[in-house]
Amino acid sequence: MCLAIPGKVESIDYPFAVVSFKGTKKKIRIDLIDDLKVGDYVLVHVGFAIQKVDEAEAKRIQDLISKIVEL
Amino acid sequence: MKTEIKALVKKIEDLSKNLGKIRIMHLCGTHEDTVTKYNIRSLLPKNIELLSGPGCPVCITPDSDLQEIFHLIKNANITLTTFGDMARVPFEKKSLFYYRSKGYDIRIVYSIFDALEIAKRNDKPVVHFAIGFETTMPSTALAILDNVENFYVYSSHRFFIPAMEALLKAGEIKIDGFINPGHVSTIVGVKAYEHLKKYRIPQVIAGFEPYDVILAIYYIIKALKDGINSDDDLLMNEYTRAVKYEGNLKAQAVINEVFGKEDWEWRGLGIIPKSGASIRKKYEDFDARKQFEDIFKDFQPKIDLTKKACRCGEVLRGLITPEDCPLFLKVCTPKDPVGPCMVSFEGMCNIWARYRGLY
Repeated sequence: MCLAIPGKVESIDYPFAVVSFKGTKKKIRIDLIDDLKVGDYVLVHVGFAIQKVDEAEAKRIQDLISKIVEL
Repeated sequence: MKTEIKALVKKIEDLSKNLGKIRIMHLCGTHEDTVTKYNIRSLLPKNIELLSGPGCPVCITPDSDLQEIFHLIKNANITLTTFGDMARVPFEKKSLFYYRSKGYDIRIVYSIFDALEIAKRNDKPVVHFAIGFETTMPSTALAILDNVENFYVYSSHRFFIPAMEALLKAGEIKIDGFINPGHVSTIVGVKAYEHLKKYRIPQVIAGFEPYDVILAIYYIIKALKDGINSDDDLLMNEYTRAVKYEGNLKAQAVINEVFGKEDWEWRGLGIIPKSGASIRKKYEDFDARKQFEDIFKDFQPKIDLTKKACRCGEVLRGLITPEDCPLFLKVCTPKDPVGPCMVSFEGMCNIWARYRGLY
């Protein structure tokens, strides 16, 4: 149920956006997300975006793992 | 990443050596999926046990809600919409799919917004059987706020955080650490778990890649090994790419606008105070429990004797694994499930059955 899949925002027509999931496109609701731009990644759950995905943070956690194992 | 994961697993092994038995509970069906799919349990040292908690909305929805829905479709001329997993849960061996085969108008939707579209072009009232935790609730709230005529919601939504506290209060099993549900947390934020710090059990909010889960386990083991030196060791966020401290404030606002909190029953956990997301009086025009009140008046819930041997409730509390249930993969299979833990794609029994390549 709480499965959410990240997708890339292709176009915005508020409160909807077309989001691409590796090529599969779907119209989803974006009412609950602030400052959404084309090109952003969002987590989509049952037809609406629950949150933006922060690419820099994703990278930071992966770097952190490398750091931990070097300790 | 493969080398890093190997090294991280080695670190977990070294740190946990003299810690004795450690029980870590995750609280999300999607975490169980990651854990089982990538066989993460096999990577962990023997003294670390990874338990699965009540993180499956279909599984925790009690039979009484399901029976009310059956009662409604039999006694009112409506179109019922719901999610696919929910439609497969049997009561006395009959599910919503069974009733659909008998001619009742039951439609499976991907999203509540699809149900809204059906309501706009339907003559009959459309009732959406809404289940799910805080992750799903905002979509139901938005759908109600869209103010579509002829559309009603039967809310079976439940707030997840009170269930964590109920588990701890029940104290049936000693839990040494929690892996908190990533997508519930995108909505409620890190702040929602602050009050659970008083139980002095490390919690880590984690994402759903294998490295997310292993890193969360590492954080917990490290906190247990080093001792809990500050409050920060009790609540950590590994899923920073999607979970903020404040969560999604807009989503929280629509949830609070539409839903109140009542003491509702959960399968396996009994009645949990303030866990039921009931529709506020202000929006009762959309509340199926209110609008079809007359129909529910003569409703009496029963106990399903065909589920007598099903141990889904204990699986949900982390007391047993599916293998401890005598029905598992004998009379209870994904094709012919006895209880909801075998029905739902997020149920532990279904996940274990699927990844064994048997189904």
